[in-house]
Amino acid sequence: MSPQEIVNGAPTDSAPLDRMLRTTRPFYWSVRREIWENRSIYIAPLAVAGVVLFGLLVGASRLPARAVHMISTLDPVKQGEAMSIPFAMAAGAIMVTAFIVAVFYCLGTLQSERRDRSILFWKSLPVSDVTTVMAKAAVPLVILPVIALVVILATLLIMFVASAILLPMHGLPPTLLISNFPIGPVTVELVYVLVIFTLWHAPIWAWLMLVSGWARRATFLWAFGPPLALCVFEKLAFNTSYLLSLLHYRLTGAVSEAFDINTAMHGNMPIDLHQLDPLKFMFAPGLWVGLMVAAALFAGVVWQRRYRTSI
Amino acid sequence: MACIEAHGLRKAFGDTVALDSINLQVETGRILGLIGPNGAGKTTALNAILGLSSYDGDLKVLGRDPWRDRDALMRDVCFIADVAVLPRWMKVSQALDYVDGVHPRFDRAKAEAFLAKTDIKSTSLVRALSKGMVTQLHLALIMAIDAKLLVLDEPTLGLDILYRKEFYDTLLNDYFDHSRTIVVTTHQVEEVQHILTDLMFLNRGRVVLDCSMEVFEQRYAEVMVTADKVAEARLLGPLHERQVFGRSILLFDGVDRKRLAALGEVRTPSIADLFVAVIGADAVPAKGEAA
Repeated sequence: MSPQEIVNGAPTDSAPLDRMLRTTRPFYWSVRREIWENRSIYIAPLAVAGVVLFGLLVGASRLPARAVHMISTLDPVKQGEAMSIPFAMAAGAIMVTAFIVAVFYCLGTLQSERRDRSILFWKSLPVSDVTTVMAKAAVPLVILPVIALVVILATLLIMFVASAILLPMHGLPPTLLISNFPIGPVTVELVYVLVIFTLWHAPIWAWLMLVSGWARRATFLWAFGPPLALCVFEKLAFNTSYLLSLLHYRLTGAVSEAFDINTAMHGNMPIDLHQLDPLKFMFAPGLWVGLMVAAALFAGVVWQRRYRTSI
Repeated sequence: MACIEAHGLRKAFGDTVALDSINLQVETGRILGLIGPNGAGKTTALNAILGLSSYDGDLKVLGRDPWRDRDALMRDVCFIADVAVLPRWMKVSQALDYVDGVHPRFDRAKAEAFLAKTDIKSTSLVRALSKGMVTQLHLALIMAIDAKLLVLDEPTLGLDILYRKEFYDTLLNDYFDHSRTIVVTTHQVEEVQHILTDLMFLNRGRVVLDCSMEVFEQRYAEVMVTADKVAEARLLGPLHERQVFGRSILLFDGVDRKRLAALGEVRTPSIADLFVAVIGADAVPAKGEAA
């Protein structure tokens, strides 16, 4: 072999040492593994939807003739309102379930991996702490709202089909529910509600995850105890309740900030998109302060996970 | 390039110094046994090497700073702590899916071929597997990763003899080649003696012995002497002396084997015997101190 060939050969000789790297999707698989581990993310909303549907079915089959007569004699606006009650209950129950699942998910996620020592396995893989925390944050911020939306829409669809079959049996028009619930506006309103609440609650999820990464045990007490204790202290020491109203605002303030509750109802629709006020919501200081707090807390969660090993 | 290079590596938890400025150099292609009593700082050292904890001093693993670059480093480093760290809720197939999805050097076919030789079903939950099977599963995942450094922290803790033997045999026959490096800590020293190329004793956060196995075999010798020659043997300055069946076994460091042969039967000591001699001597003044 001539010296020239040796020189030329050098890069190809070292090529096998530079082992091939396959492309990977750490974020996607990290989210999937969260869903594998926490199956309540989809089982709980589905179970609640099942219970609601079954309850409505039993209720509808036992509907007394008097009530049917009453509904059929109501004017269309009142009919729409009467029809909206079971649907609003179903949607509300599923959303509350998603909220509760998110609370327990966030409180458990960073603690359980330390408690069962699986954090040593997760950290032995080339997945950064940022990716891991983002995947965990995606559960309350993206996955649960999307699952809630899909389950609510599916529930509504089943209610439509069931009503088209059941209503004529009672001599009512089969389209009574469908005509009062145009699927387009219903979807828009549902998406709007889910988006504003998710953004509004972001600092709550970040706080719960921070506690989960920090507390060795009793995450629930650490998450809710100190804020409530401070509320009590404020009341006793200064006879004020600013903190309590702040917490209350963080929990429910999205409604007053994102809806124009003074607008009168238009037409006979129980779903009224004129009440949605996205501009007002986008300029609400409470939204942006909340998002900044959430960003800071999530940064703390990432920083904290770097230092964590098993408990 | 050295695979692991540490200078003045130090870690303290409050007032307790877990690692007291140790120096460590592990070349590529070596199998280092890190041996020490409980609380000696082995796991602290491994955690620093794996980027699981912060530290003071200089540390480079495969040319990277583990604390800053843990996720990048983990493309080239595999780690088995003791058997309990695989998430118990996971299915075997999910473990394969996940590692396949996040690890750029994972060869799924290889892991499946390894699992096919075991009784592990891909639909099983980790919680339903025996401790030995969980280790087999973890080993299957690790062996399918084309890593440069493998760190084992008490990998066979709580396993029966068959699984322990199989673990090290598989590791040596099917995994290790001279482009890889292995660092292992264990209390079952006798099981790793034949696979190690280098040996390091840690005690109370300090390195008390650091040598290759070739040097170990040259330097240390054990002589079984009868009672009449004990006094003569003691003049040569043994490290340690113990009694077996009424005869004395003396352990020497750096004494010519020919001179020892005159006293009795000479052989290379086991790592465990040297451990007792070196650590036992080191620990005496510290009696009563927390480990």
